[in-house]
Amino acid sequence: MAPFDLSTLGGAVVSALIFGAFGFGFGFVLEQAGFGDTRKLAGQFYLTEMTVVKVMFTAIVVAAILVAGAANLGLLDMSRVFVNPTFLWPGIVGGLIMGVGFVIGGYCPGTSLAAASTLKVDGIVFVLGALVGVWLFGETVGGFEPFWISSAMGRFTVPDWLGVSTGTAVLLLVGVALAMFAGAEWVERWKARRDAARGQAPSVPAAPGRVRAARLAGAGALVVVAALLAVRGEPTAEQRWRWTSAATKQLLADRTVLVHPAEVVALRQDVNVRVQILDLRPEREFNLFHVGEARRVEAAALERPEELKALLDRPATTVTFLMGTGDNRALATWQRLEARGVGNLYVVDGGANRWLELYPAPACVAERDMAKVEGAGAEAPEWRFVYATGESLPSAWPELPRSHMFRFPCRSPEPAAEGHAGGGESHGFTWPAYAYTKHVKLQQKTVVKGGCG
Amino acid sequence: MSAETREPRKFLDPYLAGVILGVVLFATFYVTGGGLGASGGLSHVQTGVLKLLARAHVDRVAYFADMGGGQRNSWANSTVYMLVGTLLGGLVSGLLSRRVRVELRKGPRISSGVRLVMALLGGALMGYGARMARGCTSGQGLSGGAVLSVGSFAFLFAIFVSGYAVAWFFRRLWT
Repeated sequence: MAPFDLSTLGGAVVSALIFGAFGFGFGFVLEQAGFGDTRKLAGQFYLTEMTVVKVMFTAIVVAAILVAGAANLGLLDMSRVFVNPTFLWPGIVGGLIMGVGFVIGGYCPGTSLAAASTLKVDGIVFVLGALVGVWLFGETVGGFEPFWISSAMGRFTVPDWLGVSTGTAVLLLVGVALAMFAGAEWVERWKARRDAARGQAPSVPAAPGRVRAARLAGAGALVVVAALLAVRGEPTAEQRWRWTSAATKQLLADRTVLVHPAEVVALRQDVNVRVQILDLRPEREFNLFHVGEARRVEAAALERPEELKALLDRPATTVTFLMGTGDNRALATWQRLEARGVGNLYVVDGGANRWLELYPAPACVAERDMAKVEGAGAEAPEWRFVYATGESLPSAWPELPRSHMFRFPCRSPEPAAEGHAGGGESHGFTWPAYAYTKHVKLQQKTVVKGGCG
Repeated sequence: MSAETREPRKFLDPYLAGVILGVVLFATFYVTGGGLGASGGLSHVQTGVLKLLARAHVDRVAYFADMGGGQRNSWANSTVYMLVGTLLGGLVSGLLSRRVRVELRKGPRISSGVRLVMALLGGALMGYGARMARGCTSGQGLSGGAVLSVGSFAFLFAIFVSGYAVAWFFRRLWT
């Protein structure tokens, strides 16, 4: 599914040509729209013509509909599309500075390139000025770095903000844009009447009826398509899973997604990796025992926008494990989250039942209820605890030496069973080294940052 | 060639131009996963120039080192390829529409010298603001808007508010 990984598509040259080609289209349209002429741009701020608003917002609306539509049909994987992260205040202050630059200089960076390419001297000088500006920013940003990285809200979209579906947000955007176009046309007509009263030619001649009809038809088409998107709503979990890559489906098919507890323990010792364990069991089971630093969360809650966003925004060095009582609940949750594009996600094989089998609690605290042993997958807790241990047992921290830090609840003699540890203070005790096949492969998301990277 | 055929062609209807720009923008997202932009390319070009002049300085300043420090080639970057493409696209469009000629565009009441000084100053402000906002009108406003980023709409709003707020003071430049 798109977008494509350009690094594997055909090497550096092909990638350069692709970016060059899109840049070509960009420059071509900007020039055709008349943005190589500074007076057309500055006119926006003196109400002589509204071309900037018309071109810009038409482009935003059309692209937004196409992007949202492609995502809705499963043609475009939004989790791999770069969404400019929101840094609210630096963005606003930058915008305020640029507004002044726009009025003084008469271009923005993109349009100045179109002007420079058609040999407009003021455009060329503006580009030189912009080069000086980006240089000055690099030299000075060290002095206000805390501000520059402040109000970071990450990937924060209008649907997240308003709590509506993407389709509804697009429909809303279409409405706002059409209102702006109506306003722009009104301003231009008002200006034309005033020019006529003064005996001047209008700065923007009135469009012929044929053109006006075409514009109205276009506006109607935008509304209809956006409304269709809004009515369709978000894709279902089943649809999303069908769209996920074959590689992801393979993880489930060959059970690579299930990670041996010993591998989880090994990763917890790896300083290069941050291990996050999400415990999906009911609160009671979680309180009785959970792995150190595990966070309890309802499976359904993980798909709420804020939780999903946190998962999608994790650094590439974080690997997340889902843990249930057995496998079934965690696997179902894994499937739903993978379908939303959450990577570096695995399931602790056998869940808490198996964990306690490999890293047992002292016998005086917990014992295995053999009647409940139903095999992997089952969601019935196999261990009966005398009291809630939370993460206070050595079993919660198999990666730590057992000789210190833990207060042992009882001094029952160590059972001699192979590998199984009982209670008691056994200095120098280590957990058995279990053999396992490595399943975790950290994947770096290759996200192109677009033209501003 | 008669004078008539050398006249520049008319500009595209703004809405039609917007539709085409929107399709180009979508295609860019669809294929590369990122949007269009210009300021990133300018920043990479500038860092490369600075590296030729003061290599050690680029390595020392974190902001530049990110783009061109050590063995990194600041110019071998997707944003630079896009920048070159944008210039070529503008040139070809200008040639087809007979708009490529050395000239200077300005308001009626100012001299060419004033216009150039203002273009340089405005360009510097634009460049500075674009890096502050992590993107220019195209990269942050247009591309971010198309993927519905809240920050991008706040940014666009800020540009227009500030532009209209100061327009009156600079009216001599344009009217």
